[in-house]
Amino acid sequence: MNSIKELENKAVWVKKELLKIHKIAPGIRLASSLSCVEILTVLYYGGILEFNPKDSFWSNRDRFIISKAHGSVSFYPILADLGFFDKEQLKKVGKPGGILGDIPDCSIPGYETVNGSLGHGLGVACGIALALKINKRNEKVVVLIGDGELYEGSVWEAVMFAAHHQLNNLTMIIDNNKICMLDYCKNIINLEPIDEKFKAFNWKTDIVDGHNIKDLYNIFKIIKKNNFNQPQAIIANTVKGKGVCRLETDSLCHIKALSEAEIDKLLEEMN
Amino acid sequence: MVMRDALINRIYEKLKIDQSIFFVSADFGSPALDKLREDFPERFINVGIAEQNLVSVAVGMALEGFNVYAYAIAPFLSMRGYEQMRTSVSIMSQVRKININFISVGAGLSYDVTGPTHHCLEDSCIINVLPNFMIFSPSDSILTEKFVEFANKNCCPKYIRLDGKAQPLIYNDNRKVFLDQTFHELRKGKDVCIISTGYMTHKAIKIADMLEEKNISTGIVDVYIIKPVNDVELFKIIRDYNHVVTMEESFLNKGSLDTIVERICFENRACVKMNKIGFKDKYVFDVGDREYLYEKNGIGDQDILSNIIKTHEMD
Repeated sequence: MNSIKELENKAVWVKKELLKIHKIAPGIRLASSLSCVEILTVLYYGGILEFNPKDSFWSNRDRFIISKAHGSVSFYPILADLGFFDKEQLKKVGKPGGILGDIPDCSIPGYETVNGSLGHGLGVACGIALALKINKRNEKVVVLIGDGELYEGSVWEAVMFAAHHQLNNLTMIIDNNKICMLDYCKNIINLEPIDEKFKAFNWKTDIVDGHNIKDLYNIFKIIKKNNFNQPQAIIANTVKGKGVCRLETDSLCHIKALSEAEIDKLLEEMN
Repeated sequence: MVMRDALINRIYEKLKIDQSIFFVSADFGSPALDKLREDFPERFINVGIAEQNLVSVAVGMALEGFNVYAYAIAPFLSMRGYEQMRTSVSIMSQVRKININFISVGAGLSYDVTGPTHHCLEDSCIINVLPNFMIFSPSDSILTEKFVEFANKNCCPKYIRLDGKAQPLIYNDNRKVFLDQTFHELRKGKDVCIISTGYMTHKAIKIADMLEEKNISTGIVDVYIIKPVNDVELFKIIRDYNHVVTMEESFLNKGSLDTIVERICFENRACVKMNKIGFKDKYVFDVGDREYLYEKNGIGDQDILSNIIKTHEMD
């Protein structure tokens, strides 16, 4: 298990790799992929989730469903680094014959489900969690969802289901980066107070700074030890485009791409 | 017997010996289901009136190795949960094994007097659009029961559309019928070949008898797997006729049986006259039983008969 300092360094490395990918694949959702870098780093390098890079559907793995698939390109370098696939693939994102497209799916080793379409991850995760309970297995199910994704009604069908069936082997991490595609969520449909909503739906609910490695690590430790009879929601407050100044303050950052010169400058600054 | 109860009874029997079977419902029931729920409460879940979640939860369980039956009323199962079927079943099953069986009850105008929202003339068209799905459309309970063995052995997404009302038995004479043949030639004729599915196969038998009285020799093919139908074997039957009639309780020209038969004829350059019996591009608001609705919508028995005869008499 890596120390907090090592995890922080790893997160910086992931950001650099993500920017390098963006250079060859300008169509990736960069800002969305930046807001969950620390979350993914802690989950996979912090000894939180069980996985086997040589057997991505190893039966003893924790099932990690990335419902906000479009905003998870930061997962690519992590999967490559851990050995899920050849590192050479990172140079072929979006290129003919590569296995990594601009939006991932489960044809990529390390991804469980198909999630380019939003609002599906939690429902499928509920089915998985229920099956694991019936089979008396100890593996956990973790879902990464976007805040804008909470607009999809199908999510709330699953939220109600999970609470009623006391799926305490299920954790949902909300990448609460406050911005959709066209505007801040608060200007589209105000989601706040998100924590009160989940509490009202009978989920155990916590709030964390989504960019603070130490806080993330401390709260994710609970994933394996949920002693409550409730599914768990972790609202991670994040910044869309974190690490790239001009994206951080742009309500339209969802589809913004950086120029090669900008990327080179950022990489230099990060070294 | 109502087909859904025949199917559920077979599933009930299987539950006793197969631990992998699980049944999920979107708050939709039946007498046979009451028994299943009582005797196997740990193998059944009601997700509530939430068809999108029905599909997703069923997929999640199937990913963990369960053979899942997802059960709901036809229009809402096929259309409320359609995008879930596309994303988590049709697309995902090309990568991951998903043994999911959608039991869709109330095909066509089964629920005649409940109005257009409870009719389902769309599903065999729209589910046909989705890759990696099989579509079953049995005409009686005996065929329906065979589905369970098939479902267990064939790990793939399946959609079975069942009539909502009790229908007479067709396959009760012990003839050997295998589901994977996809269709069965009920009768051989010389002049007209009726290719039908589901409820309409019963009507096809009636119409064929009426045509025989007019000395028009009529064959009948009952198609019970619409997708993928065995088109090579089906054409071997079609090519003996110069007049084909498709009969289905679906919208016409929207991708269902009529479109499939048309394609088979076209691809084989078959020179056939064709009638398509089904529903035109309008919903049915009329109030009445099935026969009345057929009359009002231009496909009462006499309408069907006269259309076929008119075409038969054309060069």
